[in-house]
Amino acid sequence: MPKTILQLQNVSKIYGNLKALADINLSVNAGDWLSIMGPSGSGKTTMINIIGCMDTPSTGSVILDGTDISKENAANLTRIRRDKIGLIFQQFHLISYLTAVENVMVAQYYHSMPDEEEALEALAKVGLADRANHLPAQLSGGEQQRVCIARALINSPQILLGDEPTGNLDEENEGIVVDIFRRLHEEGVTIIVVTHDPEVGDVAQRKIILEHGRIVDDIDQSATFGEALRLKGKGRV
Amino acid sequence: MANNTEKRNRHGSRRKMYIRMVAGSLIRRASRLIIAVLAIAIGATILSGLVTIYYDIPEQLGREFRSYGANLIVLPRGESKITRETLQKLRGLIGDEKIVGMAPYRYQTVKINEQPYIIAGTDLTEAEKNSPFWYVEGSWGNSADVSQVMTGHEIAQTLGLKLGDTFMVQGVKYGHHAEASRQDLSAEENQKRDSARQNFHRNFTVKGIVSTGGAEEGFIFADIDMLDELIGDTFRADVIECSIVADAEELSALSERIENEIPELMPRAVRRLTQSQDIVLGKLQALVLLVTVVVLIITMISVYTTMTAMIAERRREIALKKALGAENRLVMGELLGEGVMLGFIGGALGVFLGFEFALRVSLNVFGRGINFQPVLIPATIAIFIIITVTASIIPVRRVMDIHPAIVLKGE
Repeated sequence: MPKTILQLQNVSKIYGNLKALADINLSVNAGDWLSIMGPSGSGKTTMINIIGCMDTPSTGSVILDGTDISKENAANLTRIRRDKIGLIFQQFHLISYLTAVENVMVAQYYHSMPDEEEALEALAKVGLADRANHLPAQLSGGEQQRVCIARALINSPQILLGDEPTGNLDEENEGIVVDIFRRLHEEGVTIIVVTHDPEVGDVAQRKIILEHGRIVDDIDQSATFGEALRLKGKGRV
Repeated sequence: MANNTEKRNRHGSRRKMYIRMVAGSLIRRASRLIIAVLAIAIGATILSGLVTIYYDIPEQLGREFRSYGANLIVLPRGESKITRETLQKLRGLIGDEKIVGMAPYRYQTVKINEQPYIIAGTDLTEAEKNSPFWYVEGSWGNSADVSQVMTGHEIAQTLGLKLGDTFMVQGVKYGHHAEASRQDLSAEENQKRDSARQNFHRNFTVKGIVSTGGAEEGFIFADIDMLDELIGDTFRADVIECSIVADAEELSALSERIENEIPELMPRAVRRLTQSQDIVLGKLQALVLLVTVVVLIITMISVYTTMTAMIAERRREIALKKALGAENRLVMGELLGEGVMLGFIGGALGVFLGFEFALRVSLNVFGRGINFQPVLIPATIAIFIIITVTASIIPVRRVMDIHPAIVLKGE
């Protein structure tokens, strides 16, 4: 029986008169690969911010690895995020004055202890061993996103959270990133990806569709999972 | 034991990364930080320059004031005169480094064309150092050619002397008394009679005519050793005029020391000069202090503005660090670390540029070099680190208001 790593119970988020999330219930098992899709304004970002400990729900509870994080203060949320979440961003958000390996080490630095060797291994895992000492400006978009993934994984998080991770990538780099997700999934990493891209949404095991802050569909894609992955990833890395 | 080693390694590794991040930001963002470094360096330049001048002003101005004449007159106590040994003792007590000029004077009454005049025997080289404000037509006399003397403007007018003219000086040798010429004897016979009574006479050439607007115009200035020889006596000075680099307080202390250590001397400070010097000095130092404070405030405002702009520009980076799990204090520590480095670089640059600035000011205003104060290196760097960090605190505290979710989404 797989362990439940994340559970959202009756989660709502209200901004003034706007209900960004309305009574969301969601359960994610360890090792799941989940995609969250939906039109703009459907609440995807709000949901990922709450899961990523960057925001708290107005009502309801969020149980992350057995702990209710919905009532935690900012400092505790920072600590939990540091320990349990790996974040991947659409705009990569690498620190411009640090090299690729230093960008990975930054996450180690805030988490525990920087280890350059380990950071280099993480970069090698995403196919960037030879680009470790390059600055972000010297890397392509796809390479920057792979550095971002290496950084997200360096502290062995419970959940890898991607906010439009392929949104700024061309098709080839999109395939590379999906392939990395596939390998991580095989290693047992829990992946939650918010995406607009149906192809990226389709390669997940499970697809959640949001509309007006509500889950309108929860699709089990286990049957087509392998084939979609084969078509998308093509084992590039 | 193993735990301690692990802890140390852990701290060492974190410290290395901290330095790597701060250095990376400074080196690879150098073009963006140049304005901040410039602002700090300019402030540090002016500060260290002004402080250098501030410490050197008493010395510089003291020497400048010495152009207005002696500031210490030393007289013999009682009826005695000042011997060469006492003069040497006085010089040793004051110290050569403080003495601009030290001229002993011996006043001797002589006759020129049977009219009485006073010849002032002195060390002309030292007298020139003491009295650069004297207007001398021709040139100053010196000990190399003792037959050439300077006459006061008043004497030159009375005797109708011009530069290069020769005149005869007559008088009675030291310890003898003058007697009037006898009417019944011829001039030649009277001269023979005078010689027999130890009188002296000597011809001098006018090398310079002194105009001061004061009593000096009524004297003839000659070499003191020549005068001693002429009158047949050893060195005995009536007064010593000293030009010393010192303010009123130092001069007063020096006078006390002279009185205590050389009781045969009676020092008198020329208050008019020393007080003026102190007033001007006080005002100049107050001005320098005021400018320094203004510069510090301007530097602080400048650093504050630059840091505010820098934090605004780096909102995404700060938000990212927070998203990666950095606590506010860690991010603030990194930014303040950059502030410390900026203060260090700007301060270090400022120390050396400041000395160059002070040197140029000193050369242009006082016509002299300036002493470098080594203590200014750590002091300026420390002050500018404190200024930079203080000015950065408010902008850096804004880190706490940055919400990663909002900033990273670009909303």
